[in-house]
Order: sequence, then C-alpha cells, then structure tokens
Amino acid sequence: MSPKSEIQSPKSKDGVTRYLAIYAALWKTSVTREMSFKGNFLLWILVELLWFGLQLAFVGVIFSQTTTVGTWTVWQVVLLTGTSSFIQQIYQAFFLVNCTNLSELVRTGKMDFLLLLPVNTRFLVSTRQVDLPSFANAAFAVGVMTYAAGKLHLHPTVAQLFGFGALCVIGLLVHYSLMFMLASVSFWTVRAQGIVWGYYSLFNIARMPDEAFHGVFKAVFTFALPVLLVSNVPVRVLADKLTSPAAWLVLIGLGVIWALISEWFWRFSIRRYTSAST
Amino acid sequence: MKKYWHVIGIGIQNNLTYRVNYLARTLFSFIPLFAMLSLWRTIYAGKEQGSALGGYTQAQMIFYYLLVAVVDVLTAVNEDDWQIAADIREGNISQFLLKPIDYLWYRLCLFFSGRIAFIAMASVPLAVFIFCFRDYVVWPAGGAALPAFVISLVLTALLQFFISYTMAMLAFWMLEISTFIFILFAFEYLASGHLFPLDLLPPVIGHALFFTPFPSMLYVPVAIYMGKIAGAAIWFRLLGQLLWLLLAYALARFAWRRGIKKYAAFGG
Repeated sequence: MSPKSEIQSPKSKDGVTRYLAIYAALWKTSVTREMSFKGNFLLWILVELLWFGLQLAFVGVIFSQTTTVGTWTVWQVVLLTGTSSFIQQIYQAFFLVNCTNLSELVRTGKMDFLLLLPVNTRFLVSTRQVDLPSFANAAFAVGVMTYAAGKLHLHPTVAQLFGFGALCVIGLLVHYSLMFMLASVSFWTVRAQGIVWGYYSLFNIARMPDEAFHGVFKAVFTFALPVLLVSNVPVRVLADKLTSPAAWLVLIGLGVIWALISEWFWRFSIRRYTSAST
Repeated sequence: MKKYWHVIGIGIQNNLTYRVNYLARTLFSFIPLFAMLSLWRTIYAGKEQGSALGGYTQAQMIFYYLLVAVVDVLTAVNEDDWQIAADIREGNISQFLLKPIDYLWYRLCLFFSGRIAFIAMASVPLAVFIFCFRDYVVWPAGGAALPAFVISLVLTALLQFFISYTMAMLAFWMLEISTFIFILFAFEYLASGHLFPLDLLPPVIGHALFFTPFPSMLYVPVAIYMGKIAGAAIWFRLLGQLLWLLLAYALARFAWRRGIKKYAAFGG
C-alpha cells in the first residue's frame, strides 16, 4: 500500500465542510459512548478536580513558606496553575486519548482500516475520540483563573485577552505536535505508550513559574521543547509581566516549527507501517 | 514454598521484557524531579543563607525529594493493581481456585519480582542523578536510623502492595475501577509526602494525616532516615505502619472472600 495517497490534503472547495461533517459525526459517537457510562463520566470529573486541587494545595504550601518565587507572587502562580490546567484539559479533551491510542492502532493492525478511508489519516487518528469530562474541568480552571485575576486586580484590555487566547491555542499546538511525534515512534517500537505518558510528565513543568529554572534545563525546555513557554507566556501577557515581546514571538515561531517537524515525522514514520497479522 | 520461588523467577524474566520501558520511565521521571529541585532552590535563593523552611535547610529539602525518589523505586506498586483487576475481570483467577497456590501470595511474589526488575533498570540512572546532587546528600540521622529505615521500607512496600490489592478487589463488583485507583492515588500523592514534606503543613493537618494510612506509605521511612522522626517516636511510627499493614492484609483477605462468592468466571 502506498502511503503517499493518504497524505494528500483536501484541496477541493467543499473540503472544509466535508471535514467538519466528519468531525461532527465523530463527536456524536463520542457523546454516545460517554453517556453510556454516566457514573464513570462524573467520577472522571472528580478525579481531575482532585488533581487540580492538589496542585493548588501545593501552591498554597509553597507560599506558606515564601512570599515570591523569583518575581512571581502567589496569585500570579495560581493564575499560572489555572492556565496550565486549562490548556492541559483542552488538550486532553481533543487529543490525549487519540495520541496514546496510536500505538494500539499500530500494534493491532487496525491502522489498516483508517488508511483505507478517503480522509486524511492524521486527521482521523488525531480526532477519533473526544474526551467530554475534560471540558467540565477546563471550565473549572477558567473559574480559578478568573478568581486569581480578580485577586490581582487585573483589568485586561481586549488586545490582552485576545493575545492570551491566541497564545493558549499556540500552546495547545506545541503540546499536540510534540506528543503526536512521540506517538509516531510506535511505528518503530510498537510499545510507545510509555514514551507518550512520559511526555505527559512534562505538563508538570508547564505549570511552574519560568523563573524557577536556570541554565541548560531552562534553555532546553524553552527553545528545544518549549513547554516552559506554553503557559508562562500567556499568563505574562495577561498579568502585565511580559519583559520583552520576544517571548511570544519565540512561542509562536516554535509552535509553527514543531508543527511542521511533527507533520514531516508522521509522513516519514507511516512509511514504516507494515500492518499486523489480521 | 518452592513454587513461589518459581513465580518470582518467572516474574523477573517477564518484567525484564519491559526493561526499555522501565528505563524510559525512570529517565522521564527525572524531569519533573529536577524541576521540583530547581523550584526549591529558587525559593531558598530568595531567603537568607542557611535559613530553614518548615525545619528543612536547603540541603535537607533537596535530599528529601531524592530520597522520596529512591523509596518510590524500591516500594511503589507498578501495574500490579491493573493486572489483578484484569485477572478478575477476564476470568484468569479461575485457575488459582483449582491450583494449590494462593493468589495473594502469588501476586506478592510478582510484585516482588517487578520491583527487582525495576530496581535493576532504575538504579544506575538514579545513582547518576543523585551523584549530580552529591553536595546535598545527607547521611542517616543516627545509629538507629539506618536499621529502622530498612524495616520501615519493608513495611512500606508491603503496605503499598496490600492496599493496591484490596483496591483491585473492587473489580469483583465493578467493571471499571481505574477512577477509584486514581482517586486513592491523588490522596496518596499529597498525604504520603510525595509532593512536599508533610512538616510544611499546618501542624493540625500534619497530625491528622497520621490517622490515615498515607504517611506510612512513603513519608515514614524518609522521615526516619532524615531524623525528623527520632527516638521513641521511631518505635511508635513503625508500630503504626505495622498496624496499618495488618489492617490492609485483613481487608484484602476479606474482600477476596466476599468477591469469590460473587465471582462468575466470565470467559475463564
């Protein structure tokens, strides 16, 4: 099977509408699936809320011992924790399960069916399932962010809010590109789930104030794997903490670069696909 | 007894097939750990030289997290709870009802061999990591601290296992138990001292936590080593660990017995 034919993007005029219709159908099946396990749905919301509460408790404990981390004050860090959780939850809603499932698709050979469909395969692989409980938790994170912004007496301008939103989307793109790339390693090792979950631990760094880091570590997680920018830069924009406009330019630039590398790596990896015995 | 040795042997071999996975997981876990250490160093940098937070100097705080990482490698359950739940759900336990082998001891052997395989893969990178922070390494707090630490470590590992085993017994009654495991894990992560030393909490909360099994699942051995628990308190905390362990064991046996009555051996 030539993978070339799968990678073409829909250039026809009705391409976007067609993909929206497909995506709507995927949503419908996801909602149906979730609603058949209602109790589980609510429990997952509870689990995520607990972990979010845990992070906030940690911030509380840290600031019971100190008044600032670098120049970050307690409510700024709460705003950062909220923003980071918001980006993570939105990421989880759209992409996480799909990224972790890729190695299963390769291992079981179910990838065959997806390759045969007349739709961009990466689109299908990335969007098959929507995780609905995450939206509830994202809403909760917005609540915490709003509260923290109130405590900081922030009165963001429309431009700031727009910039914040746009940078969050770029942050999402960074997480997605990096994790999808790691998931594509499945074409080589099959058991790439461990690696994908490993990346998940980088979300832990994304919610820490950037000033806590120095040296090589900071450079790597700013310029190579820009997880330190993902939530720090939007929060700096919102909280008037931006020291130079270079920060958001770097975030946007790296977001685009990683998206391109990730797409190239996907095309490169899928050539390795040999299917499984079925 | 001999059959259980075989289980351990086979368990180690089985687990070693995932050695790259273990290695990757260990290496990845260093990133958040390093981030945590950086965070605390930044906080201490804003303080006066040699000042202590919650009774911890900078070196002690750094070493606390390093020791937590070591204790975690030595004692934490890996995927035992998921595997036990899957065994129950998929009917694999039927064979143990017929064979002269006790499922609980069988799983304990597998837990033990899983730890050995994990330690084999994690010890070298972890040792290198700690070597990089050698300036912060603190020796055991006193002559009694080291043996007490080792005993406490064994109790911690057993407690970790029996609590996971009991949780997995829920699979007799429910199809999907991962949410419950994650809820318990969330509490454990905070209340066992994984996220920060429990001494940083307001004293009332800190004391209240000792009425739960969580400090016995990680904090106690670390605190004994570092001398945060010293003198007669060591005996008291070890006894506490032992009581929680016996309770967890009794609960595990009880849940199994009740579960077996309900068990319908799907597909087994």
